[in-house]
Amino acid sequence: MSAETTTHTEEHGMSNAGYVRIALILAAITALEVSTYYVDFGRLFLPALLIMMVIKFIMVVSYFMHLKFDNKLFSWIFYAGLILAIGVYCVALATFHFFS
Amino acid sequence: MSADHAVASHDTHTTSTGLSNVKLGMWLFLGSECLLFGGLISTYMLYRGRVGTGPTPMQVFDIPFTSVSSFVLLMSSLTMVLGVSAAHKGDDRNTYLWVAVTALLGATFVGGQVYEFTAFYNEGMGFTTSLFTSSFYVLTGFHGVHVTVGIIMLMSTLGIMKRSKVPGSKSETIEMLGLYWHFVDIVWIIIFTLIYLIPV
Repeated sequence: MSAETTTHTEEHGMSNAGYVRIALILAAITALEVSTYYVDFGRLFLPALLIMMVIKFIMVVSYFMHLKFDNKLFSWIFYAGLILAIGVYCVALATFHFFS
Repeated sequence: MSADHAVASHDTHTTSTGLSNVKLGMWLFLGSECLLFGGLISTYMLYRGRVGTGPTPMQVFDIPFTSVSSFVLLMSSLTMVLGVSAAHKGDDRNTYLWVAVTALLGATFVGGQVYEFTAFYNEGMGFTTSLFTSSFYVLTGFHGVHVTVGIIMLMSTLGIMKRSKVPGSKSETIEMLGLYWHFVDIVWIIIFTLIYLIPV
């Protein structure tokens, strides 16, 4: 690996092989998600699906969108919007007795 | 140091935050988009059981087909990040290639969505059939529009880049497109799980 390539990888976090590895993991998780449609996971069905969704979300945001390697201010801005949205809409759904 | 990197470095160090204002603006936009899609997803969650006399979600959803569409969109995120990586390296040839493949995969996804909507409509699931159908079409339709806008931006940028008229840093322009594209992908990750895989 040349010095220029090394510097590039350090600046932007990952090599192309790393991105392919992340994509393969995402594809495997997606396959596992789809399998819940065919296989009965019992009581684990809902928590397993939600956990897999969150893992995929965080992996794309952290690695493909480079938040893991970028300035923390970008993470604060994005996650602030996300947490605000989750909070606001959980309250809104609770108002309509969605969780009861 | 290439001209692009020189421009990028110059931009980075002349802002009061020490960060690119373009990138800061894009993250603010994406943060606000969370609120937009949060509202649409919440509305769907609230109304998904209100089917009236129309079909229920489980009667019309074609999970194998949507799974393939989801996989296509997920892989478009990989091609996009490879395009961004190539742009940062100043590798124009691979930048064009990966961005074009991303647009193609995006178009495949949108094509699948159009097919899906047509199939749903033929099964008696019109826009105003029930609260479920209205909230479903608005949510997935808004997402589809976002993907379509992304494809238009990708193709336009490719065209402009061909004529070498991209203002500022070329790699930063591709990176911003990448951020938008990945955001559209993460929204679909949520929609696919909450709307398609979790039964009412």
